[in-house]
Amino acid sequence: MMTQLTRGMVSAYILMFFAYLFLPLAIMAIPAFNTSPYPRVWPFDGVTLDWFVRLGNDEAMLYGLRNSLWIGALVVLVSVPVGLAGAVVLQQIDSRIRPLFHLATIAPVLVPGVIIGISTVIYWRELTLSAGTRTLYNGVFLTVMGQSSFISAYCMLLFTARLQRFDRAQEEAAFDLGASQTQVFFGILLPFMRPAILSAAVLAFLSSFENYNTTTFAILADRTLTTVLAGQVRQGTTPAVSALAVVIILITVIFSVLLEWISRWWASRTGA
Amino acid sequence: MISVVTGHRLLVAVPFVLVALIWGWLTLERRIAGLPPRRGFFKRNGWPVGIYLILAVALWLLGMVVLPQLFMVELSFRPKLPFNQIGGPRDVYTLENYRYFLFGSPTSSVNWNAVHLRALATTILSSLFITGFNLLLCYPIAFYMAQVATRARLRLLLLMLIAPYWVNEILRAFAFRVIFASAGLLNTMLLGVGLIAEPVDFIGRDIALFSGLIYAYTLLMVFPLYNALDNVEAAQIEAARDLGAPWWHIHLFVVVPAAKAGIASGCTLVFMLATGALAAPLVLGGPSAMWFTPIVYDRFYQVFNWPQGAAYAFVLLVACLIIVVAGLRLLRLNLSDAAR
Repeated sequence: MMTQLTRGMVSAYILMFFAYLFLPLAIMAIPAFNTSPYPRVWPFDGVTLDWFVRLGNDEAMLYGLRNSLWIGALVVLVSVPVGLAGAVVLQQIDSRIRPLFHLATIAPVLVPGVIIGISTVIYWRELTLSAGTRTLYNGVFLTVMGQSSFISAYCMLLFTARLQRFDRAQEEAAFDLGASQTQVFFGILLPFMRPAILSAAVLAFLSSFENYNTTTFAILADRTLTTVLAGQVRQGTTPAVSALAVVIILITVIFSVLLEWISRWWASRTGA
Repeated sequence: MISVVTGHRLLVAVPFVLVALIWGWLTLERRIAGLPPRRGFFKRNGWPVGIYLILAVALWLLGMVVLPQLFMVELSFRPKLPFNQIGGPRDVYTLENYRYFLFGSPTSSVNWNAVHLRALATTILSSLFITGFNLLLCYPIAFYMAQVATRARLRLLLLMLIAPYWVNEILRAFAFRVIFASAGLLNTMLLGVGLIAEPVDFIGRDIALFSGLIYAYTLLMVFPLYNALDNVEAAQIEAARDLGAPWWHIHLFVVVPAAKAGIASGCTLVFMLATGALAAPLVLGGPSAMWFTPIVYDRFYQVFNWPQGAAYAFVLLVACLIIVVAGLRLLRLNLSDAAR
């Protein structure tokens, strides 16, 4: 058993760890409410919500936000089906080449995002140059392709975890009752995967929305919210950036609480 | 000499030939071993689902992973040419981009391209330091979550870790700028208390950059570590404790060896992503700060020399892979163990 002393030390450590995680974010949020035109915490000149209004009127940010939302939605539409296919193939593939296949699918997670962005741009530039059409050489499309290469792998990991709990007997029973393979896939496997599909979609959207390294290359001359933000932060900043941080933190907190709540509700309903 | 057009055809053909070879080899081996042929892929999944699986995986692995990487490597062996000469007679394979990385411009008088070489070395050494620091920082919390915490406490801790995880890298770097800027929080506080007489240049001294990088990758270390430690049998730890092992013995000789592969995968992830960090060096890097990724970035968007940028990106990738594989060899692991 742990002594009183070690228990106290563990609690102190955990407290310090979370203070370390949250303090920088809290400090970053404070300038959003300070009237000072430079993002600073102290001296606190006065309380204001003007920076949020300024944020809402920032054309570049709103344009970037629209692009980010589009890209996020498209990445979900690409990565979730691709990740699911990857997980199913991983399960069926010959066990001798499974490690190789697994390594190939996980590689984009390990390769630095900058390199993924660069290689995506080069590939599509060469491809469209030799095809003589430039329609696909477009920032939004390239960003979706670049981001999906590693976000599909995140989704695959979620699906693989869920597939391991899949009871093959259900499939067998359906086959015995005369169902076709296609019916089994849509009638049994997909419903079983539903909670994982939901979490994969949320994960894919958030990963796409917050991505910078791959996006800054793949977006070409176009802009997303993170690239606009990066430009503003580099150029000397305004407290509007803090205001945006507050908004993003609030949205992610709401999202993660919601997701937790959904998964609990799901667990209680299915009795798992 | 192979022309660029042939080179492209070869690039596209290579993965297809490889897949066909592997498939042929596997079937042949089964036949030689006298095993019955495997149940066909399409028989098992049905045609519509089978086609979807193959198309999706091919689009992903060929169209998004393998071919882009091959094209990047190919471009790195080509010269920078004006747009209308690309694919023309002067577009031949060359090593000039790599020579530039090692020796600098042919007209310069110095022997080595010291600025870029030093930046790469600094990036790799700093990333190793950041990885090690984060491992030490995260091990206790991951162990607590995996082996000590109750179920309810664990859920709460995981939830609390997820929220800061989704704050993007730019904003994380911005947070450290608010803290470390010359009129930032830390300087204001230190001046107010009277510990310093004038603002300290935290950004110029790279203190801001290192803090920001360590902070950015802390959460990427926590989750893999937690997974690795979660798979360690509690009974093993219990047994060591019953045999009277001191606590540091238990960690060093029981828990860490059992979780070795998972720990290695967390370290690999953090190391690779730290070397590729772009946001923190751009936002927090002082005038003298030398991270390799901003140099790569400049090849593309300042110098507009894409082939050279591709060469620099490839150099970064290969350098990282060499370090990772060497590190794993020391732990007697291979790359597919760490990719779990």
